[in-house]
Amino acid sequence: MTECVECGAEVSLHDDLEVGEIIDCTTCGAELEVVDTEPPVLDRAPELEEDWGE
Amino acid sequence: MAVGTETGADANAETVTASVVGGSGFTGGELLRLLAGHPNVAISEVTSRSKAGKSVGSVHPPLRGSDLRFTEPDDLESVDVLFAATPHGVSMGRIDEFFEVADTVVDLSADFRLESEAQYDEWYDGHEAPEYLETAEYALPEINRDGLEGAELIAGGGCNATATILGLYPLFEHGLLEGGERIVVDVKVGSSEGGAGGGEASSHPERSGVVRPYAPTGHRHEAEIEQFLGTSVAFTCHAVDMVRGASATSHVFPSSPVSKGDLWQAYRGCYEDEPFVRMAAGGSGVYRYPEPKAVAGTNLAEVGFELDPSNERIVVFSAIDNMMKGSAGQAVHAANVALGLAETAGLEFTGLHPVGAP
Repeated sequence: MTECVECGAEVSLHDDLEVGEIIDCTTCGAELEVVDTEPPVLDRAPELEEDWGE
Repeated sequence: MAVGTETGADANAETVTASVVGGSGFTGGELLRLLAGHPNVAISEVTSRSKAGKSVGSVHPPLRGSDLRFTEPDDLESVDVLFAATPHGVSMGRIDEFFEVADTVVDLSADFRLESEAQYDEWYDGHEAPEYLETAEYALPEINRDGLEGAELIAGGGCNATATILGLYPLFEHGLLEGGERIVVDVKVGSSEGGAGGGEASSHPERSGVVRPYAPTGHRHEAEIEQFLGTSVAFTCHAVDMVRGASATSHVFPSSPVSKGDLWQAYRGCYEDEPFVRMAAGGSGVYRYPEPKAVAGTNLAEVGFELDPSNERIVVFSAIDNMMKGSAGQAVHAANVALGLAETAGLEFTGLHPVGAP
């Protein structure tokens, strides 16, 4: 478990976590990048901007 | 509701008997659909003056095959809980009769939502049974769970008010707003809010494709919002081209700076453990903010927000199915709390994806 940097909720992590992996927070949906594994550290993942067809 | 972890069924709970008065309308049909699948409820009677004698499945397709038939509303059977899905003004005139046959009454109309006769004089056309207003409990467990436990008279919330209150409540509960701040609310609603009766403006050629402002000022649901949030809001509704759904966008102008962290703390604090509220505030994927399609047919509310630092504004979004979380689902949830049943009993459906216009 570690804390989501967006909403502060607990994020459950699997055992074989790898640096660079992208996971999402099940509470707020934010995409989070694994920047370290010992101990696990998450940061907001960069994302492509979408124009949603507008 | 955590997917796959809640069944809602309570094998140890006794079965309660229920009747639905006014069961031929849209919310009556939704009530029947929910109660028919409820593990602790047996439906004893469904009344409808206009449909008496017909099977409920002939009016409500999800109930095809059921042996239940509509009966005349004048001769009510004794039950544990009576749900009234009648138009505004009916229940206040029959409330004594309802309590003669039922220990618990859940009214889906506006007849017992407000606290005082003066409010009914101001917002509605007065009240015939004001002595009941003090004892009625508002049906939204997220803001009135303690009041609902053991309640005998439950007043269902208005759908637009429900969407708005659920969106704004955490800001007040966690002290980010104190009351008196400027709040502008715009709600988009589906055609089922108008009921099954319909009128000239509701015919398909007229209603299809509209983005039609209605009650642009002075909407009756403002009274409920003001009552439960303790502040007034500037409120406008638009009828849009969907059948189910109410989507509220509230523009909030706080008097002191608020951070995203403050907002998450408030919303998680209020809703993280609520079985029927999901948060969607940016996140990832296609559905980043509350969306009526995502909750259609369910008792779920989605709430979310975004911060606009450039003009010190918080935009709050909330989406519900007006006939479920905004009416029948809310009523069953409240009855579950009042009767000591599992809160999620009969309400487990979590929605469809993909799905067309709700």
